[in-house]
Amino acid sequence: MKIFQTLGAIVVNGLERVGRAALFLYEVVSGSWVLLRRFYLVIQQVFAVGVLTLLIILVSGLFVGMVLGLQGYNTLVRFGAEDSLGLLVALSLVRELGPVVTALLFAGRAGSALTAEIGLMKATEQLAGMEMMAVNPVTRVIAPRFLAGVAAMPLLAAMFSAIGVMGGQVVGVGLLGVDSGAFWSQMQNGVDFHDDILNGVIKSVVFGIVVSWIAVFEGYDAVPTSEGVSRATNRTVVYSSLAVLGLDFIMTALMLGEV
Amino acid sequence: MISKKSVEIWVGVFVAAGLVALAVLAFRVGNLTAADVTNGYRVEARFTNVGSLKVKSPVTVAGVRIGRVAEIRYDPASYQALVVMNLDGRYDTLPTDTSASILTSGLLGEQYIELEPGGAEEYLKEGSRIRLTQSAMVLEKLVGRVMTMLIDKPADNKK
Repeated sequence: MKIFQTLGAIVVNGLERVGRAALFLYEVVSGSWVLLRRFYLVIQQVFAVGVLTLLIILVSGLFVGMVLGLQGYNTLVRFGAEDSLGLLVALSLVRELGPVVTALLFAGRAGSALTAEIGLMKATEQLAGMEMMAVNPVTRVIAPRFLAGVAAMPLLAAMFSAIGVMGGQVVGVGLLGVDSGAFWSQMQNGVDFHDDILNGVIKSVVFGIVVSWIAVFEGYDAVPTSEGVSRATNRTVVYSSLAVLGLDFIMTALMLGEV
Repeated sequence: MISKKSVEIWVGVFVAAGLVALAVLAFRVGNLTAADVTNGYRVEARFTNVGSLKVKSPVTVAGVRIGRVAEIRYDPASYQALVVMNLDGRYDTLPTDTSASILTSGLLGEQYIELEPGGAEEYLKEGSRIRLTQSAMVLEKLVGRVMTMLIDKPADNKK
């Protein structure tokens, strides 16, 4: 009996959290039109989640592109197909690695910071204080952070892919001696704007929504103690990473489905 | 605390860099500029076998790409494949007796359609059909033909 009770409690609590998170998302989105009048709040948050994440994204993108160049060359040269290196690097980055690795880094760098900030605001009763002053903390604190995350993610992913291609070019053309013309022309012939680039952008938008949603919800829902905030931050990183990888599989399957 | 002005400048730089990166992906990495066939007109051709020809495969004349394959479907009336090509409107002086053959670039490369202009007075227009076609080479059939030739040859010599 005890086992069934524990299992039931886990399921009921989990479902309750999912339901709360969905209602919370609705509240955030429906309250965000107010921000049109105070757009500076969003800009401030784009600075915090976007600009400050830029360095890690650019450095990782460059190195991921360079590693792809090295690894790809080693495999392709066995089949005498090293001219396709540009295509391999560009497709891997634009379709998969750009959105996914950016989302994972974004969850670790920006998502955890959002959760910790909001959780600490709750623990120190700043959110309750706002409510006392008839300021809605969801529209004043949560919505700008959520919107900034959603807006910053696709831009970061695009920069990651672009600088990754540059990294691949540096290694492939500069170091390994792949012909520069073949590198770019094979890439341009093989990468389709709609099927590859647009689908990558769609992925990064979805990841942006999911990671920002999890981050602000975990912060808002945190137990208002030091331990609670630390656990919430932890959960943000774990849940967002799992959600990103799971959703990536589902979206890839749907996007490649008709091929 | 960082000032409002520099926050705005940084965010502006960030958004601009993001949009530039998207543009680089679209135009430099992808083929958004090359994909468009301007003022295209469509001609169709029937092949007994299209091999691994795909939608968006190039259509060339003398090795220069002048269009792309727009549509491939099976025509149950003639038991053949119907290929619709979208050709660039700038090249509208192809004679009506132009022939189309499906070729392979390199030994194992992708397949494309090569058009060979004929000598007729009239030109292909929107909706015209190319009547002279040569199907794709299927490797198995080719090997089969070579094998029969090799087997037949010694037999001929003995006579």
